[in-house]
This record gives sequence, C-alpha cells and structure tokens, in this order.
Amino acid sequence: MIEKRDLPQRSLTALNYAIITLVALLCLYPCIHVLAASFSDPVRLIRHRGALLWPTGYSLRGYQTVFNNPNILIGYGNTLFYVLVGTAINIVLTSLGAYALARRGWPLRKLFVFLFVFTMYFNVGIIPTFMLVKGLGMLNTRWAIVLPVAINTWNLIVMRTSFAGVPDELQESAYLDGASDLRILCQIYVPVCKATMAVMLLFYAVEHWNSWFTSMIYLTDTGLYPLQMFVRDILLFDGAAGTTEDANAIYLKELTKYAVIVVSIVPILVVYPFVQKFFVKGVMLGSVKG
Amino acid sequence: MAEPARTLRAPHRQARPLLRRMQRYKYIYLMLIPVVLYYVIFHYAGMYYAVIAFQDYKPMRGIAGSRFVGLDNFVEFLGGVYAWRVIRNTLLINLYQIAFAFTASIVFALMIHQMADNRYKNVIQTVTYMPHFISIVVVCGLLAEFCESDGLINDVLAMLGLERTSLLANPRYFRTVFVASDIWQNVGWGTIIYLATLTGVDPSLHEAAAIDGAGRLQRIWHVNLPALMPVIVVQLIMRVGRMMLVGFDKVILLYSPATYETADVISSYVYRRGLSEMDYSYGAAVGLFNSVVNLVILVSANAFSRRVTGNSLW
Repeated sequence: MIEKRDLPQRSLTALNYAIITLVALLCLYPCIHVLAASFSDPVRLIRHRGALLWPTGYSLRGYQTVFNNPNILIGYGNTLFYVLVGTAINIVLTSLGAYALARRGWPLRKLFVFLFVFTMYFNVGIIPTFMLVKGLGMLNTRWAIVLPVAINTWNLIVMRTSFAGVPDELQESAYLDGASDLRILCQIYVPVCKATMAVMLLFYAVEHWNSWFTSMIYLTDTGLYPLQMFVRDILLFDGAAGTTEDANAIYLKELTKYAVIVVSIVPILVVYPFVQKFFVKGVMLGSVKG
Repeated sequence: MAEPARTLRAPHRQARPLLRRMQRYKYIYLMLIPVVLYYVIFHYAGMYYAVIAFQDYKPMRGIAGSRFVGLDNFVEFLGGVYAWRVIRNTLLINLYQIAFAFTASIVFALMIHQMADNRYKNVIQTVTYMPHFISIVVVCGLLAEFCESDGLINDVLAMLGLERTSLLANPRYFRTVFVASDIWQNVGWGTIIYLATLTGVDPSLHEAAAIDGAGRLQRIWHVNLPALMPVIVVQLIMRVGRMMLVGFDKVILLYSPATYETADVISSYVYRRGLSEMDYSYGAAVGLFNSVVNLVILVSANAFSRRVTGNSLW
C-alpha cells in the first residue's frame, strides 16, 4: 500500500526538482555564455556554434577595447553620478512622504494618498512630460535625469506601509521626550525599517543604473550620457558591419559586445546578493492595499 | 492682569481647533513640502501640457498662441490606418503576457514551495530573481545576438529539425520573442509575492487534507491555490489595469520597420510620431487616449472584481 503511493509521489518530487533546476539553469545560462564569450579569442568566438560554457581560446582584447573607449569611462562616471545623486534624492523624498502618509491622526492623510496614488494609474504620457521638462529649462541637463523620477509612487506606498508598522509607543515616547518629527523619522523609523530601506535603496539604484530612455529623450550632449546609452550603441547600433572594415575589426566588435555587457552588469551583481534576502519584505509591503 | 487675558480669550477660542491642529502637524506639512512640490510639478503640471492634444500646437507660437482644434487629433488617429494595428499589438502582447508570464510565476511559485531542501530553494530563488535586475538594453542586446539566424536559439531550433530564421527580422516571431524574454526576465521575480503568501498557509490545513487522503497535487489544488486566490486576484486587477500599456523602451530597442506590423505598439507609435517626427499634438492625443482608456479598464476591472470576488484594489 505504502509502496504503491510512494512511487508516484517520489517521481513527482523528482520531476518538480528537475523542472525547477532547468528553469534556474535557463536564467543563469545567458550570464555564463556572456562571461565565457567575453574572455574568448575573437576569431574562434565568431566560428563557435552552440552553447558556450567556457571561453573558447583566451584573450582580453574585448576588455582592452572597452576600457580604451573613452565613452565607456564617461558613461561610467555619469552613471555613477546619476545613481548616487538620484538615489539620495529618491530616498530623502520618499522617506519624508512615507512618514507623513504613515502619520496616525493626521486629518489630510487620505487626501494626499489619493493625490499621489492617482498619478500611478493615470499618466499624462511622454509628450506632455517632455514639454514640461523642456519648459522647466532642464533639457540637456543632469537634472532631467534625476528630478522627474524623484519619487516612485509604488516605493512610496511600500515605505509608508513599512512605517505604519512601527509600534505607536516608540513614536509617542519620543514625542514626550520632545523629539521633532524629523528626528523621529531619522532616529526611529529609518533604523527600525532598515530592511525596507535597503530594498528601496537597491530598487532606486538599479532603476538609475539601468535607465537609458530618459537620457535618449532629454539629452543631446553625449558628454552627459549614462553608461547604458553607450552600451546600447555598442550592442544594437554597431553600424551594421561596415564594408570598409577588415574582418578582424568585425570579429573584435563581437567580442567587445560581450565584454561591455560584463562591465555594465558586474556592479549590480556584486551588490545584489547582499540585499536579496530582504526582497520578500519589500515586495510584500507593496501588495497591502491602502 | 486677569481681565484683559479673559477678553482676549474669546476670539481666540474660535480659531483654536484648526490652528492648534495645524500647529500639531506643522512638521508634517514642512516635511511634505518637497514631496508635494514634486507631484505638483512633475505630475499635475504635466497635465496642463496635455491640452496640446486638443490643439494644432506649433512650438514657435507656444500653447497660448496655438490653434484649438477640438478632437481633430483623436479623430485623425482613430480614423487612421495605424490605430487598429497599434491597439491590436498592444492588446495582444498584454494578453500573451497575462496568459503565459502571469500564470508562469504562479505555477513556478507553487513548484518552488514544494521543495523540501531549504538551501537549494535559496539558491534557486537567488538565481531566478537575478535576471530582473539586468537592464533592458543588455537584455535586448543579448536577444539580438541570440536571435540571429546563426545565433544560439537558431542552433537549438536547427537541432530540433526546424528551419533557421532571423527571429527578430520576422514579424511572425516578434511577439513570441518579446513575451518569452519577458518570462525569462521576470518569472522568478514574480514568485516572491506568492511564495510569501504560501509560507503563511496554516499547516494544519495540509495535515487535515492529508488525513483525508489527499495527494500532493490535490493538496496544491485544494489548499495552496485557494490560499493564493486573493493575492492572485489583486495582482490580476493590477495587470489588467495595464492592458493598454506596453513599455516602449523594450519595443523600440527590438523592432524595425520590417516588424512594425506585429511589433509597433501605442507607446512606440507615440514616441515615433510625437518625439522623433515632432508631431507633438498628435503624439499627445494618442498618449492621452491611451491613458484614459487604460484608466477606464482599471476602474472597471476593479469594480468587476469587487462585485464578483470581493477583492479589490480600493
């Protein structure tokens, strides 16, 4: 009897593990492929067919080309600026807003929640936004990249939900001790909700790191371009293998693509594992309706 | 001393509740100033510029000097040859995403939840969440590489005996590539919310079901899935609420004139006509039409769900 029931159950478990592992490998594979290709020999890489788990041949010429490209360094510098300044603005504004919206007893809370959340569901569209940025005189400035996305309403709601979970007593005793709201926010809410803060930091930072189309729309000066714009040029607009170039240059171009991908995603992959364990908290809080 | 104080008090008393309440929350108002400024400037002021949708806007004349044309831009769009194409493509991509990507995360979450080995489970979660953080530019760059006729995906297709074809140059495969890559990027990420809900399921329900002789699949069907239902409904309303939206960033990186027939969506059309060809009024009108229709769909989906399932966003 037990035997009879056991066999199908066990094969079900095995099947489950097999499918899950396959999905995980599919998620992982492109990264391995890119990493392996980026260290490969350019000529052998072009001739290579099928999967790639280990570099075919070995050369660092892809990375040499990438780091000798002045645009990559400019892009890295600009992206670093957008990530640092942008994320700082994001976190300060989002915390201030979340604190106000989480404040119990404040009579206008519901009104402001509505005004903010409404913008999440009704977007005027890119043309009016573009004209607005133009009207503000921000076209072709760094402000156009960080200010229009100063608050992500979704993140604001997530942080508000997290702040609303802070016990009342903590806040009240701080009031009795004469602490101001700003101080309560900085010294009680932020430390108590540090898991949420970590997730918000990561979400905002990644958003800035990966952002490119605001730059495409608002910037004309390539000196202000973030890294993703140059990555896009290398990956997707490679001049369709110009006829004047010799074969070696074309081979090298392929290799460079892989190297630039690695260079552009490594910083995220380095930070990611440290913040990953907090994700559940960050995503769950956003799902609480309010 | 006491007398003037008493006379002063009378008019004061009237104003006191409101003032005192303002006073009590004065730091809240101060803290909210930059936040409100942000929303007023970047969201509500943007709505003012939406009036150009009803104008024949000329940058030289500005909004005040441009001619008012009523609904002409909307009529031009809806009566034009491209309206149906871009609306259809937008809706189809969303339908495929709901049918495949949305359900894939639910199924995958149910599967991961069945794993007994917690360390392996953590590894799987770490690995499958990761693609979510890779930039669209890189994802599209990789797709362009892998979809070439001598690329990796075609190598696999050739192994299966299928014909090699440049997948991104062929309008037949655009939506498949678009949605499949979306699943690749977000299937793991989408499981988080369901997995967190599943860990909250009362174990005694499973025990009771097991005693009643329910097998693994039956318990998933009769215990886990019902436990997920409220979350699924709320997620589905939000997903349906984006039924008319497809982000143009991924589309404009992947499409080409050869694939416009299946690839061009409302947002990419707005981008092309409005910004690239600088037909601001027309682009604004199409964008506004899109936003309004989308809002109507969201509100209807929410009302429908509240009536039928009792779950709603607000």
